[in-house]
Amino acid sequence: MVVVKETYRHIWKLFEEIPDPEIPVLSILDLGIVRDISSEGETLVVTITPTYSGCPAMNQFEDDIVAKLKENGIDAIRVNMTYDPPWTTDWISEEARQRLEDYGIAPPIKGTEDKGVLFKEKVNNVRCPVCKSTNTEVISQFGSTACKALYKCEDCLEPFDYFKCI
Amino acid sequence: MNKNLFKYILRLADNSLILGHRLSENCSKGPYLEEDISITNTSLDLLGQAEEFLIYAAEVEGTGRTADDLAYKRPEIEFYNVQLTEQPNCEFAQMMARQFFMDAFNYYLYSALKESSDSTIAAISAKSLKEVTYHLRRSSEWVIRLGDGTPFSKAKMQEAIDDLWRFTSELFEMDEIDEALISEGIAVDLKPIQELWNERVDKILKRATLTRPEDGYHATGSRKGYHTEYLGYILAEMQYLPRAYPTAEW
Repeated sequence: MVVVKETYRHIWKLFEEIPDPEIPVLSILDLGIVRDISSEGETLVVTITPTYSGCPAMNQFEDDIVAKLKENGIDAIRVNMTYDPPWTTDWISEEARQRLEDYGIAPPIKGTEDKGVLFKEKVNNVRCPVCKSTNTEVISQFGSTACKALYKCEDCLEPFDYFKCI
Repeated sequence: MNKNLFKYILRLADNSLILGHRLSENCSKGPYLEEDISITNTSLDLLGQAEEFLIYAAEVEGTGRTADDLAYKRPEIEFYNVQLTEQPNCEFAQMMARQFFMDAFNYYLYSALKESSDSTIAAISAKSLKEVTYHLRRSSEWVIRLGDGTPFSKAKMQEAIDDLWRFTSELFEMDEIDEALISEGIAVDLKPIQELWNERVDKILKRATLTRPEDGYHATGSRKGYHTEYLGYILAEMQYLPRAYPTAEW
């Protein structure tokens, strides 16, 4: 089949149905992993970008994209990888941030990419997803997956994941 | 093929690959859970960066070798990682000193390389820099925590810094490959990076109440593929499966 522009919108829509394997409340579209859809002759080219360099979910994303498109009758597919511009948590949509918090993961605070001055890293206003207090403390900058840090709420004492900013 | 470019990318890839592999050896052996996770997360970032560079190296070489071939089928003499990255994990303080020296180097290297005229190197560097910023913060904190800790932890940290010091000047060595690529705007001059590295290291050692070692004998050779005895053992383990079962698939 020849892919025409009108079908692109339909394809973008399909990607909403592909969840992140580690954080199923987010789709690959919410994360901003899919950068572009285009076509080369008969082949549909989907360009994606990795979140963290070593993110083990990337291969899964690729397989899921191919499977989803095949399910929908598109067989000639190439998945391209791009590193430029580098992925940033700022691409996660507002609505997705809300879903993250409801799921129990504190969403990344926008525009704090360069907060990393040594020893000034106390990220203010990371809000506890359980009791919504901002009286929270970092336990470790490295959490259960490459994209998360570990925090603790000083009020309700609940430990929680924070989707860390890059 | 641009041979200089190919070798230059391998240097970047191998530093991350070998250090990442070293850290992965400590998976499940961290002193406590959060630290164990930090070590493996850092390892994962480094292996991811190595893969990105190796994919590009394979493309530049253009002989049909893949990133996996480059990681698993090259002999020791064709690895160009600095010798610091292959030093063993004997003590936690040693691991942290090694990490701190490399993180500080990578931090300034990638800060400069993100402006490289080679758009792929620039893009991977910009991405890696975000991750390395977290790594550097953590390893710096450990150097300070152990250095400015108990007399026992301080002695361990100082010993680690002293032991590994001789491997640090190799980070800033440049040869004809660097010269050629610097003139094309692809590679970066390591002299200003050395100055920034020195400043950072001095600052952290001071906060850690540790003493900067005297410069003495310095290890060299990795630019030509010469390594300490440790690399062979790393490769023996890392490459065993693909070499023993060449048709094995994940």
